[in-house]
Amino acid sequence: MKSFGGKVLFLDRSDINTDEIIPAKYLTEISKEALKPHMLEDLKDFDLDAPETREARVIVSRANFGCGSSREHAPWVFEMNEINVVIAQSFSRIFRQNMFNCGMLAIELPEDAISKLFQHNDGTAEITVDFRNDTITISSGRGSETVPYQITKFDKALVEAGGWVDFADAKY
Amino acid sequence: MALTLAEKIFKSHLRDEPFPGTKVLDIDVVMCHEITTPIAINDLVARGKDRVFDPDKIKVVIDHVTPAKDTKTAQQGKILRDWVRRHGIKNFFDIGRNGVCHALFPEQGFIRPGNTVIMGDSHTCTHGAFGAFAAGIGTTDLEVGILKGVCAFREPRTIRINVSGVVPEGVYAKDIILRIIKELTVKGATDSIIEFQGPVVKKMSMESRMTLCNMAIEAGGTSGICMPDRTTVDYLWPFIRSRYADKKAATADFQKWRSDPGCNYARVIDIDITDMEPQVTVGYKPDEVRNVSDVAGTAVDQVYIGSCTNGRLEDLKIAAQYLKGRTISPDVRGIVSPATPKIFRDADRMGIIRIFMDAGFCVTNPTCGACLGMSNGVLAPGEVCASTTNRNFNGRMGKGGMVHLMSPAVAAVTALEGKITDPRHYRREKLR
Repeated sequence: MKSFGGKVLFLDRSDINTDEIIPAKYLTEISKEALKPHMLEDLKDFDLDAPETREARVIVSRANFGCGSSREHAPWVFEMNEINVVIAQSFSRIFRQNMFNCGMLAIELPEDAISKLFQHNDGTAEITVDFRNDTITISSGRGSETVPYQITKFDKALVEAGGWVDFADAKY
Repeated sequence: MALTLAEKIFKSHLRDEPFPGTKVLDIDVVMCHEITTPIAINDLVARGKDRVFDPDKIKVVIDHVTPAKDTKTAQQGKILRDWVRRHGIKNFFDIGRNGVCHALFPEQGFIRPGNTVIMGDSHTCTHGAFGAFAAGIGTTDLEVGILKGVCAFREPRTIRINVSGVVPEGVYAKDIILRIIKELTVKGATDSIIEFQGPVVKKMSMESRMTLCNMAIEAGGTSGICMPDRTTVDYLWPFIRSRYADKKAATADFQKWRSDPGCNYARVIDIDITDMEPQVTVGYKPDEVRNVSDVAGTAVDQVYIGSCTNGRLEDLKIAAQYLKGRTISPDVRGIVSPATPKIFRDADRMGIIRIFMDAGFCVTNPTCGACLGMSNGVLAPGEVCASTTNRNFNGRMGKGGMVHLMSPAVAAVTALEGKITDPRHYRREKLR
């Protein structure tokens, strides 16, 4: 299983699409490693040169994260930058499934819970994930709080199996 | 029990339910292109599982960057080509026979009512126009599809859209789907299938139905879906004629792939288009839709007519009716990409290619290229494109570029004026 948790990159906008996460011009790459420098390259209005970006291990964002293109290059570019968890108010179906298919975590939380996470955006926030008990804990200069989450049994099994290829290969 | 069409397809294709609510379906058609498939192939090879579940159910095309523009895209083509040969995949469309996947595969008769279809491409929802469940998926789902012929989905919920009224002059399927996306928003159909019904859809051609279903994903939808009928039979007839006594029998058989009266919809939306204007997007999200009269006059640098949304013969015909005998603004680059070689040939035979060229358009080979800023019409920073494609995301057609989505009619007259223009101010010319 992958490791989950660490410093948080807050992306305070809804509808961040996969073209913004990894532009199509990089889809000619045939290795995941080559995607690494281009994470979130077309995302406007965010200072992604800040050290938090490079050190981030978790993304927290708003509604409909990962909409648009089906490109699995979006989860891959996160994976290559050691970001294995995205927490958002909601996801597009394909992005969400791609995350679990890669053994990564796409955690949906209600709007008020997401807003609470954003209150910790002071440059020091870290999130730990208790995968077994389905909770996350955020800590920052503003204190610490634990929030329960729900993922489907199938998605949990995919993470435990290390992704859909291993799960499907064992079963079908 | 009364079922939606999507529920019927799920029921008939259910291989396994590993957990409540998770449906693992048998897949009838696994479609592949050169952008999302090579990494799946390489991973299968690395795992020592370089196999395919059924070479006849796998359909392959090179369409995103073709002809190859550099070493990397040439390599993607080569990986696909070598794989196709290795596994005896017969339905492979390489250069000379290749076209935009979601125009080419229907044209080849690969999609039938009641089918399950997956592809590593979000606009796979297009094929729902045939009464199929057709979903865009990522590379891992594609890899499992290739290896095992299965894919997992959540229980389907269906949003039904009833389109009624009189179709106004200058309004086409593209305007209707933009209007629907505005209503649903970019996330309104997430984890849902969008079922297009109503008298306007009933009268639509297969091409127009494909335009509707194509953009289901822009509202977050898993698949678009239309009810198969006589129009579907007419389109598929060359491929199914040996199976049926006549078209009446085929139409009757297709009835089993329709939603039952009294089935359960998550939501029903009624849209009357009688007073609708042509629609154009602004901003960077496909649900930011305006009446053309609100944005008319916006200057553009490029006009692009093509893509899996609007690169079919019907679309080229519509544009040509406005372009015939006229020339485009000297300030605009006009690019048209017929979506398949057959469309290209038919358009040529009908004099449509000539009309585009006489008007000053560049006619490219069939390819997805410009739509996602990969090739054949990339924008410079600060440039504006009037486009018949499906996404106006920031940077979509080139970093720093701006895209306005619209119908082929609005795009054609916009090319003539060099600024976004209402097609209702133009007389459509008859094509020969």
